[in-house]
Amino acid sequence: MISINHLQKSFRSLRVIKDLTTTLPSGSVTAVIGPNGSGKTTLMKSIVGLVQPDSGSILVDGTTTINNPSSRMHIGYMSQVARYPENLTPTDLIQMVRGVRAGLTTDIADELITDMQLEDHIKKPMRALSGGTRQKVGAVIAFMFRPTTLLLDEPTAGLDPVVTERLKERISALRDGGTTILITSHVLSEIQELADRIIYLHEGLVMFDGAVNELLAQTGHTSLSKSVASIMSRELGGVQ
Amino acid sequence: MRTTSLLLKYVVRDVMRSKWLGLYLIFFAAVTEGLLFFTAGEAKTVVGLMNVVLLLIPLAAAVFGTLHVHHNRDFVELMLTQPVSRNAIYVALYLGVSLPFLIAFVVGIGVPAAVHGVLLTAPILTLLATGCALTMVFFAIAYLIGVVVQDKAAAMGVAFISWLSFAVLYDGVILVLTVLFADYPLEKATIAMVVCNPIDLARIIVMLTFDYAALMGYTGAVFQEFFGTATGVVISSCSLIVWTLLPVFIGRRAFGRKDW
Repeated sequence: MISINHLQKSFRSLRVIKDLTTTLPSGSVTAVIGPNGSGKTTLMKSIVGLVQPDSGSILVDGTTTINNPSSRMHIGYMSQVARYPENLTPTDLIQMVRGVRAGLTTDIADELITDMQLEDHIKKPMRALSGGTRQKVGAVIAFMFRPTTLLLDEPTAGLDPVVTERLKERISALRDGGTTILITSHVLSEIQELADRIIYLHEGLVMFDGAVNELLAQTGHTSLSKSVASIMSRELGGVQ
Repeated sequence: MRTTSLLLKYVVRDVMRSKWLGLYLIFFAAVTEGLLFFTAGEAKTVVGLMNVVLLLIPLAAAVFGTLHVHHNRDFVELMLTQPVSRNAIYVALYLGVSLPFLIAFVVGIGVPAAVHGVLLTAPILTLLATGCALTMVFFAIAYLIGVVVQDKAAAMGVAFISWLSFAVLYDGVILVLTVLFADYPLEKATIAMVVCNPIDLARIIVMLTFDYAALMGYTGAVFQEFFGTATGVVISSCSLIVWTLLPVFIGRRAFGRKDW
């Protein structure tokens, strides 16, 4: 479970997250959506420790993540872009992560390498791999220890349809196993398929936080895409 | 410590496979071999090499160190999302990029010098030691710049200006001051100014291994008197250590607070 209380983050004079409070239950997939610059990635990076909040608290399974590296032992994170060092191989990166998380017995990297069709690329330098293949490496690293908290920033961007489907199956399986999953994606059909809950952010403020069905009922649409478009135009209208 | 050495292993592995490191090593090997082959004796070789070392090492370190931070942003993010402290990551990154360049420099000069049988001479060993110190100092400064300055182009600009200041402008300032205050005894002040610039300090240390100090007249004698003593050696060593540790310390603090 992730509990976020009164989270605030500014970059110089720009307030990116404004007093955000929410709880993401275990065994659920929560999608964070919103227009560009709404604070989605900053929220995710704050949870995983890449961004240091100005105030507020973030608890993952009851442990604070702020200035607490050991809290990341059971967190998997897949970034939007995976430009890893060009002279290292996927094997090097997997070994490095194995090394820093030594002691965890849930290593399924080999299974994931087969699943992601990475066998032929595993010993090639990163510079020889396509963007999609690098993204698969990022997925292996994020999923390899069966994390209890999983943060996915545009996870299927650049992936082929076969691997996209396998990744979705993995996400669903982890959710069913009790993992707390937070996902951002611009593909709303994907979110409708995967997510149980939606957080809609607009200029750092939570405009909606609830179940997907609740959002659909509130907007009177059957597709998430139309629901989101409707609240987005409402918010933008409000801003104008 | 275990985590730092683990991360260090992979940062070193990446840098060691870089073609630029190979070119760096070949360049030093070729220049050393050329100088040893065409000049008689290690003294002339060291004087020739000294100018290359004093300009090239700080410049290469400033460029590669700064670029390393910006080119490896996603790798740094990967490390930061692991259960590892930011201190361990920063130390691994700094040592991981500086040590391969230090080894390339030592091998590039050391192998040809060993082949010609001059490796274990005071001038060559002093040149190697000062080159190693400059490598560590300027990678520390470059890494600090890379972490503090967000924009890559701006970071490169700051790194280049830093190199220019240490390698060229600083000497100009000393020259102007000595001319302006020519009527005053400036020896101690000059020594202090030399100690404050790692490039000048390295130059003086190498020069004093020859008899060329005598050619510098009274100033050379003053330098010889100061840097030739145990106190001078301790002060100059401390200065180089401070020039390495201070940027590492400040960079580590900035890295600890940085948003990625």
